[in-house]
Amino acid sequence: MTTQPVIRLDDVLLVSLHSDMGDEDAIRLQDDIADRVASVAPRGVLLDLSAVEIIDSFLARVVHDMAAVTATMDAVTVVVGIRPAVAITMAELGLDLGGLCTALTVDAGLRELRARDEVRDRERP
Amino acid sequence: MSGPVSAQAIHVGSDLDIVRIRKVVREHAVAAGLSLVDQTKLVTAASELARNTLVHGGGGEVTVSTEGDERGTTIRLVFADRGPGIDDVDKALTDGFTTNSALGLGLGGARRLVHEFHIDTEPGRGTTVRIGFHAPNRRGR
Amino acid sequence: MQDINVSVAEFLDHHGDEIVDAWQRRTFFAGRTGGDCRAVLNGVAEVVLAGRPEDPTAAGFDAIRDLLGEIAMDRIRRGETAAQTAVTLHDLKPPVVELWTSSRDGDDALPGALRLSTALDTLRLVAMELVGGESADLVEERQQLLELSTPVIRMWDGILAVPLIGTLDSARTQATMEGLLQAIVDQQARVAILDITGVSTVDTAVAQHLLRTVMAARLMGAKCVISGIRPQIAQTMVQLGIDLGDVTTRATLADALAYGLRQIGLVVAAADNH
Repeated sequence: MTTQPVIRLDDVLLVSLHSDMGDEDAIRLQDDIADRVASVAPRGVLLDLSAVEIIDSFLARVVHDMAAVTATMDAVTVVVGIRPAVAITMAELGLDLGGLCTALTVDAGLRELRARDEVRDRERP
Repeated sequence: MSGPVSAQAIHVGSDLDIVRIRKVVREHAVAAGLSLVDQTKLVTAASELARNTLVHGGGGEVTVSTEGDERGTTIRLVFADRGPGIDDVDKALTDGFTTNSALGLGLGGARRLVHEFHIDTEPGRGTTVRIGFHAPNRRGR
Repeated sequence: MQDINVSVAEFLDHHGDEIVDAWQRRTFFAGRTGGDCRAVLNGVAEVVLAGRPEDPTAAGFDAIRDLLGEIAMDRIRRGETAAQTAVTLHDLKPPVVELWTSSRDGDDALPGALRLSTALDTLRLVAMELVGGESADLVEERQQLLELSTPVIRMWDGILAVPLIGTLDSARTQATMEGLLQAIVDQQARVAILDITGVSTVDTAVAQHLLRTVMAARLMGAKCVISGIRPQIAQTMVQLGIDLGDVTTRATLADALAYGLRQIGLVVAAADNH
């Protein structure tokens, strides 16, 4: 149905999800991101959920898997912009996204990625 | 205050119908004056249950209605399918609290998010889930 | 064995002078006579004896409702916020409960402490009831109390704190949770502190709300710390089987603030350090 915008900012991919996304759109997006990560080799992926009005167990699973897949390709996923009402509902459902890295805004997410890069660079010879 | 939203029946045959159901339920929730958090809980529960109807029930029908009495407004949703039914309801309502057991979270999670939850199921005959969400009417000053 | 309500009421009577003396040195009774303290104490003893420490409409509370309301309103007129007044009321509890527990070591020590604790929590509600305004009806008063009792305080740029006070019920904890999460967005906070130093009891439902608040804040991208978990509450939580797991906890609000400052990359140092 709709394509999800995937924007490249230097060495980071910015993916914005919206609320009208069907389950199949979500699966397609998951595949697209895996492809883009493979071709672009970004240091990180920012998953912007600020326009998303609900996260149910299906979408939580997709987000979780997306992060796990990009992690195997050496890119960190930061989930940004989860709304308070959405976060409360997720907490009630027990959907904790498996300890994914989160940030309030895209800006904060970029800072988080940069901080992680510094740690990573220090750890590498 | 917006007027009453009449009962609506929506066929569930594809994943895009789940998106439609979310929209319709949101409209009812807004019209009933639910807080943003309550709207989100109800729409999330509806999304989980509609997906169950589609995936486990092989499709079916969802009815959304808003009822009012002197105590307040209640939004009622019925999810009906003619699928294989559920053998062990108690087990289906248990959830494992991680995204890895997303299957169990559908029913058990939805039950936690709403005020009323009834499930009728018979192996081979299908499953009907009824939920209710109360919106205490705002009292005038 | 003697009825626990009778034992506690007798204790309040026998130790009246000591309690009045301790209360007079507390902020809430500042500038008040020993007679006022004594009257409030008698009211508390009466509700305990009647076995209704949780009931704000009990006769013992009726007798002191006006006095408590007058003291509370007086403090607010002099510039104190309702939340501050609620804190000064909370200060009345420790001396009484400590005196009780230090004078008992039998089976009635815990049930007695619980009764005293409940009675003094209800006392605070009775005192704050009038602050909401006599004209407002009960529901609105309750709503106001909900809002008053859950202030979100900005401790630093990017660090918020909610000092929770008294007996938490499910509705209040939920209101707190929603208020805090919205404040995190509004103020772009990176650290949120839930301080429960002033919390007298925690049940399973409330503990779940606290844990969900921590989880929801984390999902939004803020770090959440719980500070001031008192030994009794820690024990209750363990007995209830509530697992704080990987929740960050600190002993005091000050420790939590220090943690928060470190999280946002700030270091507190003595001015003469350089």
